Amino acid sequence: MLSLCKGEFSVERDDDRCIRCLVCVRQCPSDVHKYDEEEDRIYSDESECVGCQRCATLCPTDAITIRYKPMEMKENANWKTYHLTNIYKQAETGGILLTGMGNDKPYPIYWDHILLNASQVTNPSIDPLREPMELRTYLGRKPDLLDIEDGDELILKTEISPQLKLELPVLFSAMSYGSISLNAVKSLERAATIAGTYYNTGEGGLHKDLHKYGKNTIVQCASGRFGVSPDYLNAGAAVEIKIGQGAKPGIGGHLPGEKVLEEISETRMIVEGTDALSPAPHHDIYSIEDLRQLIFALKETIAYEKPVGVKIAAVHNSAAISSGMARAGADFIALDGVRGGTGAAPLVTRDNVGIPIELALASIDQRLREEGIRNNASLIIAGGIRSSSDIIKAIALGADAVYIGTAALVALGCHLCQKCYTGKCAWGIATQDPYLTKRLNPEIGTRRLVNLLNAWSNEMKELIGGMGINAIESLRGNRLQLRGVGLTDTEYKILGILPAGE
Amino acid sequence: MKIDAGGVHYKQLNEKIREMVKKGEKWFDLVNINGQRYIGAGLVGELIIEIEGVPGNDLACFMDGPEIIVKDNAQDGVCNTMNDGKVVIHGDAGDVLGYGMRGGRLYVKGDVGYRVGIHMKAYNEKVPTIVIGGCARDFLGEYMAGGNIIVLNMDNKADPVGNFVGTGMHGGNIFVRETVKEYQIGKEVGMEEMSKSDRIFLKSVLEDYGRYFNPEISARELSKENYTKLYPKTKRPYGNLYAY
Repeated sequence: MLSLCKGEFSVERDDDRCIRCLVCVRQCPSDVHKYDEEEDRIYSDESECVGCQRCATLCPTDAITIRYKPMEMKENANWKTYHLTNIYKQAETGGILLTGMGNDKPYPIYWDHILLNASQVTNPSIDPLREPMELRTYLGRKPDLLDIEDGDELILKTEISPQLKLELPVLFSAMSYGSISLNAVKSLERAATIAGTYYNTGEGGLHKDLHKYGKNTIVQCASGRFGVSPDYLNAGAAVEIKIGQGAKPGIGGHLPGEKVLEEISETRMIVEGTDALSPAPHHDIYSIEDLRQLIFALKETIAYEKPVGVKIAAVHNSAAISSGMARAGADFIALDGVRGGTGAAPLVTRDNVGIPIELALASIDQRLREEGIRNNASLIIAGGIRSSSDIIKAIALGADAVYIGTAALVALGCHLCQKCYTGKCAWGIATQDPYLTKRLNPEIGTRRLVNLLNAWSNEMKELIGGMGINAIESLRGNRLQLRGVGLTDTEYKILGILPAGE
Repeated sequence: MKIDAGGVHYKQLNEKIREMVKKGEKWFDLVNINGQRYIGAGLVGELIIEIEGVPGNDLACFMDGPEIIVKDNAQDGVCNTMNDGKVVIHGDAGDVLGYGMRGGRLYVKGDVGYRVGIHMKAYNEKVPTIVIGGCARDFLGEYMAGGNIIVLNMDNKADPVGNFVGTGMHGGNIFVRETVKEYQIGKEVGMEEMSKSDRIFLKSVLEDYGRYFNPEISARELSKENYTKLYPKTKRPYGNLYAY
């Protein structure tokens, strides 16, 4: 059948600059560039180009420009090129459209409508370069009351639930070995260890090389239970039950059989070549009571020594569900908003299901406070955290910490071409092809991630210092430090913040 | 060692068991059990736990090696995500048995409830097996990715299994004594007669199963009976669902 879909990019080569080094030919996993020896020319098949910018970035003479060039249809406010090309593709294949990374549709991004406060005259700001500032964060259940024995020395009598200690309120999101390469997982693991935070295995099990580095690992238990054994659960610093993911709320995961190669099969403990299906629900969880049962099954298995959390996608009734989770024994709640990333999700789900994380966070924090159970569980939010200011705004809205996934991958070289599901990632991140994975050196990857976290730490200290705050604890849920611009009355009410000027 | 669990909360009971296992205890006789959950959760190694009374949900969850004998009925979630070991139940058992079970065996003498053996899987030498002496209800072996489920239907009921058997199945096998009707199985499931090697496998499992019960169940006679074998038509049921 003749394909009516054209490529989305144009490849422009400046032939005066091109030295025929063939870097572009070797680097492109989609075989866009082809060298004709007889003519000594490089031809480009633009229809296969995904716009990952690998060739343009690595070209030593800067001879290549990749330009976004979608089919230009007759102007139509209703029928966009997006809709037409999707229909062409589905008419040709009959398949569900897949995509990667987070929702790219122009839904409101509330971080960009929120501004931070700063001290002027009446309370002095703090200079983080010269004064101690604290970003340290503890995640886990906090007691209702502290029982302290008085005497010459104060003795804490209350038994404190297990906590995760973070040197900054940022963790790396769940990304499974399978969806990303082992070199990417190793980069995340080492960076988390150096920075004093945690990375999350996702639902793909823990590779045997990484078992011994468990102290900065959060291990996930999802509906497919891949690689979940007592060894695995005890290897991590915490366990996270995955109920949902922001990019695909309500549906399960699906690692196609062709990606279940030897090492993935070993790590997930499944037969090579079979589809790794994560059912949409956990079939042992149909209610909050059932969730409580799994939380305590896990707590019993790890002898109550580590926190057990639950991750859900932000949906319409997240606040009520969060109340249930906090009462069911979750030590932390991870919330993934509509802009959360993925290695593969149906386009229709990614682009249309869920709610923005800012609104979900505000309503959940408010609900848990009203019910007097906010201390039962820490809140980690995820789904579109792009900068240190997003983190500071999230914490002022009520989050304890944030998960970053996309931002971490971008630090590793991701250019957001959204083709993770093809397994042909030119940057060696979302692929298992050994020719491609070796492009990501875990030592350099680690350095890039640690640099990002250090830079963000310094920026966060500047921001809170400017507010006259010297510990991130004092900012948590401090919505008076936030003002909105260009929002509706209802949005102000949900976010619990005032408009700028008030 | 013997532990009287009468009126003891599961948290204390399981803590006690973990503590004694650490000290090297290999055998437990739990008496007066009455609904305590998570017995055997995450326990590793060669242990034997005998239970008098009805244990609560998630018996043997995440367990890796021990043998648990329940002399009565059991409730829901037995062998949840179990890695290895053996659980024998002398009565009936509830729903969601063997969810995500990766290894070991679960033997039930009587009937079982709904959603049994969902997403059972297998890897290398780890091949889990569930044997059900009586009947099973709906959704048996849903999403099944490996292992074996055997339904013996010893009471000779007309319908030994419920509906939606093996929906989404992409690995493993289900053997049901007597017939299964076409409408009872998922569209991903095929039906055929047992092969010779299936019979050899069945006999070896039943020999082990039979010796746990009194009077002993005869493997030789049972393995000669008529069984329907349910198998996955493909290990990639949703391979053609997507447009790339």
